[in-house]
Amino acid sequence: MRRVPQYVALAAYVVFLAFPLVWLLSTALKTPREMALADPTWIPREPTLANFADAFGEQDLVGAAVRSLVVALASSVITVLVSLPASYAMARYRSLLNRVAIGWVLVSQVFPFILIIIPLFMILRDLDLVNTLPGLVAVHVTFTLPFALWMLQGYVRAVPRELEEAAAVDGAGRLRSIVSVVAPLLTPGVVATLLFSFISSWNEFMFALVILQDPDVMTLPLTLVRFTGPEGVARLGPLAAASLMATIPSLIFFAIIQRRLKSGLMAGAVKG
Amino acid sequence: MRIRSALAAAAVLTLAAACGGGGGGGGGSSSAPDEPVKLNFLSLAWQKESVAANKQIVEEWNKANPNIQVTYVQGSWDNVNDQLVTQFAGGTAPDVIHNDSPALSGFASDGYLLDLSAKLPAELKNDIPQAAWDTVTFDGGQGEQGIYGVPFLQESQVIIANKKLLDAAKVRVPTADKPWTWDEFSEAAKKMTKDGTYGVAWPMKSPVNKILNLSLTYGGTFFQTAGGKTTVKVGPEEREVLQRIHDQLYKDKSADPAALGQGTADPLPAFYQGKFALLPAGVYLRQQVVEQAPEGFEWVTLPGPVGTSAQQGAVSQTLSIAQDSEHPDEALKFIAFFLNGANQAKLAKGDWLLPTSRTAAADPSMTTGENGWDVATASAKNLVVAPFLKVNGFDEWETKVAAPVLQEYLANKITIDEAATRLVEDGNKVLERYQR
Repeated sequence: MRRVPQYVALAAYVVFLAFPLVWLLSTALKTPREMALADPTWIPREPTLANFADAFGEQDLVGAAVRSLVVALASSVITVLVSLPASYAMARYRSLLNRVAIGWVLVSQVFPFILIIIPLFMILRDLDLVNTLPGLVAVHVTFTLPFALWMLQGYVRAVPRELEEAAAVDGAGRLRSIVSVVAPLLTPGVVATLLFSFISSWNEFMFALVILQDPDVMTLPLTLVRFTGPEGVARLGPLAAASLMATIPSLIFFAIIQRRLKSGLMAGAVKG
Repeated sequence: MRIRSALAAAAVLTLAAACGGGGGGGGGSSSAPDEPVKLNFLSLAWQKESVAANKQIVEEWNKANPNIQVTYVQGSWDNVNDQLVTQFAGGTAPDVIHNDSPALSGFASDGYLLDLSAKLPAELKNDIPQAAWDTVTFDGGQGEQGIYGVPFLQESQVIIANKKLLDAAKVRVPTADKPWTWDEFSEAAKKMTKDGTYGVAWPMKSPVNKILNLSLTYGGTFFQTAGGKTTVKVGPEEREVLQRIHDQLYKDKSADPAALGQGTADPLPAFYQGKFALLPAGVYLRQQVVEQAPEGFEWVTLPGPVGTSAQQGAVSQTLSIAQDSEHPDEALKFIAFFLNGANQAKLAKGDWLLPTSRTAAADPSMTTGENGWDVATASAKNLVVAPFLKVNGFDEWETKVAAPVLQEYLANKITIDEAATRLVEDGNKVLERYQR
């Protein structure tokens, strides 16, 4: 009985989290007429798939989703590859340069991205990376990296130095102890960072908007926005249908690594 | 260092492997001598019918002009200016750009758009009235006026009415030739207010453009220029429409207070339920009524009320050519085709807006009584360039001064004198910064 309030609070939280998705599904199945009812309905009275037909018929949603997936996977893998050794160095080596680097990582987080979008665009143009997916990946990696570094170095700090020292006593060199001792313990942190990078890249709109110009390279957020008009007016039915489909890859990705993420969060929380 | 280099190399390799097939080709408008000219056309059409019309016209062009191939690129209204600022600065903007006339002023003065005044084909120039050309005529940054776009779609304010409630009130039904005066409109709204039903709804979440455009019916311009300096003015002409709407809300109590804070389309569910009879709105809102209204719901389109004149302020949707376009002549040829009379009629129908082309306006689809097209199209003759269109600093005045002040006044939190004082004093401080 003492746990009842906890369960009530948890149930309320689940409802809070599920509400947008359920409402999205409900809207995607409604006719324009039903969407305009003064008393909104949860369950569509005359469910229709017309919104899905419109969304997929008018826009290359599948192609855009594939491109978004490629960009998000490449960005998240590269982010982790770069940030993993860097975060180890940040956590383990104490020097002035290290402190400056950590400070710089923090400062980079308070910069409004919009301020640097034009210079960044110029750089990409000079590198012939405008209107290309590699260009977008490079930008996503650049902007995800500081937070990923910050995140991962917390996990590295949580790994006791004594473990590495014990490995050294047993004759392992630094590289060996990193690969065989530290890296396996960082798996939850790596998964959490991977997920963070993936979601950031998957949802990113502004950089994609200015970098990608050819319809054949546009990502999913750029495709979804085509269902919106000026001043917040939107074609709600097709937008809801397309948005619902856009959440699926993220849900699948999350479902696959959920267990590892959970332990990752716990590991970080307990040991950090 | 070696580790860092190895990581960088690995990153580049992974990136190349992951994305090798996905890249485009930079700006993409240059062509070899024997290759067709390639133009990028950034379109902001978003309604289903409008997108279809755009794509169809581009396809027709591409089929008829194998040497000038146009790529249709769909953008979005909410982000287009952020997108263009970056692409203009980087020299990779699309060749043909769809936008609206208020946005052109800044881009023109920064030298990003091509002045079309000496290049426009006579047929296109003559088919569009001067009042519409005025909406795209700006200072190009060197003190000379130029034409920086071709205006093709405009919006006027009409009244969408519940026919049953209108008939029951037994008021004179206004026509395009004999619209209601503001007095008649107020009287009609009062008559329709009974048994929990209001006469009118004023959704004023974004009140500035609506108030400024309607204020022209009494000659209210809100801005005056003397000695090259523009200042805000709120005299009797500017107060007239404001006061009348305020009276409907708080004196006559004929306006639904629930709609006041809503966006333009938000009151529609209540409209279908018969909670109010009249909804002053832009002509495009008819599309949503057609799509959403319950079966059996009868509605009509009425012309907007007139004061000392029937004039309304207008902005235009436009097609412009980027200054950096490598093929401006071909781009203009495409625009001339895209905006010929027949095509403008298709585009206007798709967006439920008014064509600027005289030929398009005479198209039977634009003059039919169905869905209020006759009334909407007839209202186009009253459109004049919106007074705020050429005011440097208008955007900031709108968001930082006018919108909050008008919202407070319409919510009855301040008097009209206080509103006028703040619009002028705070507004002039804003405008001054743009005129130094």
